[in-house]
Amino acid sequence: MSWIDIGAIEDIPLRGARKIKTALGCVAIFRTGEQEIFAASNLCPHKGGPLSEGIIHDQSVTCPLHNWVFDLNTGQAQGEDGSISTFPVEIRDDRIWLDSTELAKRSAA
Amino acid sequence: MKQKLVVIGAGMASGRAIEHLVETAPDAFEITLFNAEKRGNYNRIMLSPVLSGEKAYADIVTHDEGWYAAHGVHCRFGEHVVGIDPEMKVVVGENGHMPYDKLIIATGSAPFIIPVPGRDLPGVITYRDLDDTNAMISAAEKGGKAVVVGGGLLGLEAAAGLAERGMEVTVVHLMGHLMERQLDEAAGYLLRGDLESRGITIRTQASTKAIVGDGRAEAVLLEGDETLPADLVVMAVGIRPETRLATDAGLEVARGIEVNAQMQTSDPDIFAVGECVEFDGNLFGLVAPLYDQAKVLARTLMGEEDAFVVKDTATKLKVTGCDLFSAGDFADGEGREDIVLRDPSRGIYKRLVIQDDRLIGAVMYGDTADGNWFFQLIKDGTEIEEMRETLIFGPSFQGGDTADPLSAVAALSRDAEICGCNGICKGTIVDAIEGGASDLGMVRAATKASASCGTCTGLVEQLLQVTLGDDFEMPAAQPICTCCDLTHEDVRRLIKSKELKSQDAVWQELGWKTRNGCHVCRPAVNFYLLADWPLEYRDDPQSRFVNERKHANIQKDGTFSVVPRMWGGITNPTELRAIADAAEKYDVPTVKVTGGQRIDLLGVKGEDLPFIWADLNKVGLVSGHAYSKGLRTVKTCVGTDHCRFGTQDSTGLGIKLEQVLWGSWTPHKVKLGVSGCPRNCAEATCKDIGIICVDSGYQISVAGAAGMDLKETEALGVADTEQEAIDLTIAFVQLYRENAKYLDRAYKWVAKVGLDWVKARVVNDLDERARLIEAFELSQSIYRRDPWADQTKAAAAFQPLADLTLEAAE
Ligand code: SRM
Ligand SMILES: Cc1cc2nc3c(=O)[nH]c(=O)nc-3n(C[C@H](O)[C@H](O)[C@H](O)COP(=O)(O)OP(=O)(O)OC[C@H]3O[C@@H](n4cnc5c(N)ncnc54)[C@H](O)[C@@H]3O)c2cc1C
Ligand code: SF4
Ligand code: FES
Repeated sequence: MSWIDIGAIEDIPLRGARKIKTALGCVAIFRTGEQEIFAASNLCPHKGGPLSEGIIHDQSVTCPLHNWVFDLNTGQAQGEDGSISTFPVEIRDDRIWLDSTELAKRSAA
Repeated sequence: MKQKLVVIGAGMASGRAIEHLVETAPDAFEITLFNAEKRGNYNRIMLSPVLSGEKAYADIVTHDEGWYAAHGVHCRFGEHVVGIDPEMKVVVGENGHMPYDKLIIATGSAPFIIPVPGRDLPGVITYRDLDDTNAMISAAEKGGKAVVVGGGLLGLEAAAGLAERGMEVTVVHLMGHLMERQLDEAAGYLLRGDLESRGITIRTQASTKAIVGDGRAEAVLLEGDETLPADLVVMAVGIRPETRLATDAGLEVARGIEVNAQMQTSDPDIFAVGECVEFDGNLFGLVAPLYDQAKVLARTLMGEEDAFVVKDTATKLKVTGCDLFSAGDFADGEGREDIVLRDPSRGIYKRLVIQDDRLIGAVMYGDTADGNWFFQLIKDGTEIEEMRETLIFGPSFQGGDTADPLSAVAALSRDAEICGCNGICKGTIVDAIEGGASDLGMVRAATKASASCGTCTGLVEQLLQVTLGDDFEMPAAQPICTCCDLTHEDVRRLIKSKELKSQDAVWQELGWKTRNGCHVCRPAVNFYLLADWPLEYRDDPQSRFVNERKHANIQKDGTFSVVPRMWGGITNPTELRAIADAAEKYDVPTVKVTGGQRIDLLGVKGEDLPFIWADLNKVGLVSGHAYSKGLRTVKTCVGTDHCRFGTQDSTGLGIKLEQVLWGSWTPHKVKLGVSGCPRNCAEATCKDIGIICVDSGYQISVAGAAGMDLKETEALGVADTEQEAIDLTIAFVQLYRENAKYLDRAYKWVAKVGLDWVKARVVNDLDERARLIEAFELSQSIYRRDPWADQTKAAAAFQPLADLTLEAAE
């Protein structure tokens, strides 16, 4: 495992998201609660909508282009045949840490 | 041997205690009863009917001389007790000492007198005992003016009694509404109306500064130096426990004489009962708890075990024709829910306050028949979950299987108002249904009921069901989304009526089934909150679609478009140069003239947005809101400036309109057109609002469409002046903001409420027009600003949070 500090929790607005650039494409970091965070692929499997621009509700995000709704726990799209990759992410002392080995492995897969 | 029991004060509490004692243990005590008043026990709370003339003193006496004689109570009436010596165990009366084994202090309360100059003048009376009542009665015989200071229970009973006896009465009350300790504002308002209708003048938020007069009271001077002439001044601002004897005797006294649950003071042989006591931090001002105390005290003296507990009390006002009831705790609070029923035509208001599935408070005005039933539910802490739907209709709608909201609607009287907007009563609607109106649309057409704000739709549908029975099929209300069961209209109404001012309040109070809504309901709720509470609630970007959060239109490839405002379609070389420079600097692939008379820069990268905006800002270009549910464009033609047919300055008016309206959030987008003559080159007649200038003024029409639907505008009204045209436009936009369902374009909303309803408010009712304009301006004091300028300060948020390109590739 190789955990990387990618920023402070307050850099993401509550119920908002930011993307991070990786060699294997953009990953979206979602802040669903004061101290609740998820990481998943930024790319909507439907037509490539940027998920970090979607509306975040409960532990889900709605794609801004055509309203597919993804569960951030599993990455599964609600009622659609599609899913996004999710990645291990943690909050330690108000900083966001992402596991980059997982990222490399799964994005490549 | 009999113990010597001395009682100080022959009031309602001690009267009840003595009764218990002599009835259950006639031989235990030798009782001596002191009373400062020259008489024994009478029903003090019935002094008001004596004052008003409905009863005589003889009717309210509870214990007459024969009773005291028969029970061996030694009476010393008209004699003040001036001291207690707990060491020697004697009471000192004006006419001599009296030793005791046990002592009861039952001195009640003394009226509070506000310390203003002139309070001691003759003609200033308090309201506590028969002497006060008689003094008022004889003052009223001379007629004239009375001022009652204090709009609580006592003050209002005094005021009503004096008015009944022919005096001209003014009530001066410090607070915002009458009886504020027992009533909420709605009930206080109804009470005020009833009292005013019997000729009593009510002055709220009025503070008494002095009582003035030469040798006797002649007037009351208010803060602000207004003078109210007065032949009689009644001071009824409150009471204070009468504790002086106890304090002097060295007993423990806080606000009242402190007692334990056995009514025992800090001296084990001295007891206290009634309004003079303080128990567990509570003071008492109504008889119900005092009767409980009296019973406990009697049992304690007889050596039996009992303990006093504080219970909720209920209040009624003894003014004939003012039917009010209040019980329990009805203050707003977290976790509390209200059920409110209003029947404006009958002056009925009922409000129940519920917490944790239990009734904790009730306020009622106009119809208090069910008051005691509600009071019992409060006292028993009954779970009301089962009967919640019908609770407010009272006990006759409860009970087993018959509990049904329909029977409640069926029970409403024919003149119960159903549609508040149009003043339509139940009878009118039922007649229409019986006359053939078989669905909501037909009822609306026939009666106008529910054709306006639509909040009574549910009631009208229930009436259809009650009247038509199985012939009527209830349409399922369309909830906003699966997060809740309420319609847009219900949510809007409840946000206003329950004063919900945050998303959390909406979720909690309206029973959202999700944690924080979804992409369908949250933008709607965000809009409703900011439209209704512009100062208290601030727009939440995270509850907006990406375009409105980013202040740019997202494209299918994830880039954005940038459309700066060109006020009324007018631009200049500096602006055009800045746009050209920006297009080059940020590699904008497409520059297009839009259908809205301005220029669109399409294909800008998200990261570049704050920078291109900053560049455009430098020459004064601001956001065109081409992405928002808000003001888009005001399309104009050249008008009088250049056109040989132009009648008015259409370009100038368009610019003015765009400058007042820009930045405002609306239920859907709003587009305007202003044409200089009926040739209509600005295509004004297919906009949300279109203005056609003519020689005599401005023709204003609304509710056009040229998108998915095509519809010509309908005439709203004609304005003589440019200012009136602007006023009508603002008022229309604000009415739309306050009432429309989120994502209804103006034409859809007008089709629902009817153009007549809109005209009645925007055109005909000048007060309402002024209110709408004022409300719009209040909101614009916050939202009339350039979001681009604000966003450029937060440019970092537009960049990726981190760049892991190197690390992840390892
Ligand atoms: C840029 C523009 C077309 C153009 O190149 O001229 C345009 C572009 C879009 N229109 Fe439009 N509309 C544009 C003028 C119009 C007009 C004509 C006008 O305003 O004079 C109409 C018909 C009038 C009307 O508003 O109804 C129009 C009716 C629509 C509609 C249908 C609205 C309806 O209620 O029927 C939509 C869809 C919607 O809003 O839900 C829409 C939506 C859109 C969106 C925002 C679609 C979207 O959600 O992504 C387009 C954004 C394209 C982009 O990527 O930037 N656009 N659109 C025009 C911008 C005007 C401006 O300066 O702001
Ligand atoms: C006009 C009016 C209307 C009211 N309406 C209602 C109502 O609708 N509902 C309700 O629940 N309550 C009502 N109340 C309140 C109710 O009357 C009182 O709560 C109740 O009377 C208090 O009983 P008590 O025995 O403590 O005191 P009181 O009844 O006041 O008796 C105290 C007695 O002690 C005497 N006393 C005081 N000091 C001395 C002393 N040093 N020596 C000798 N004697 C002394 C006083 O003269 C008095 O007679 C009303 C009160 C008034 C004045
Ligand atoms: S007409 Fe359709 S395709 Fe053209 S800009 Fe409007 S929404 Fe887009
Ligand atoms: S691209 Fe995400 S739903 Fe279509």
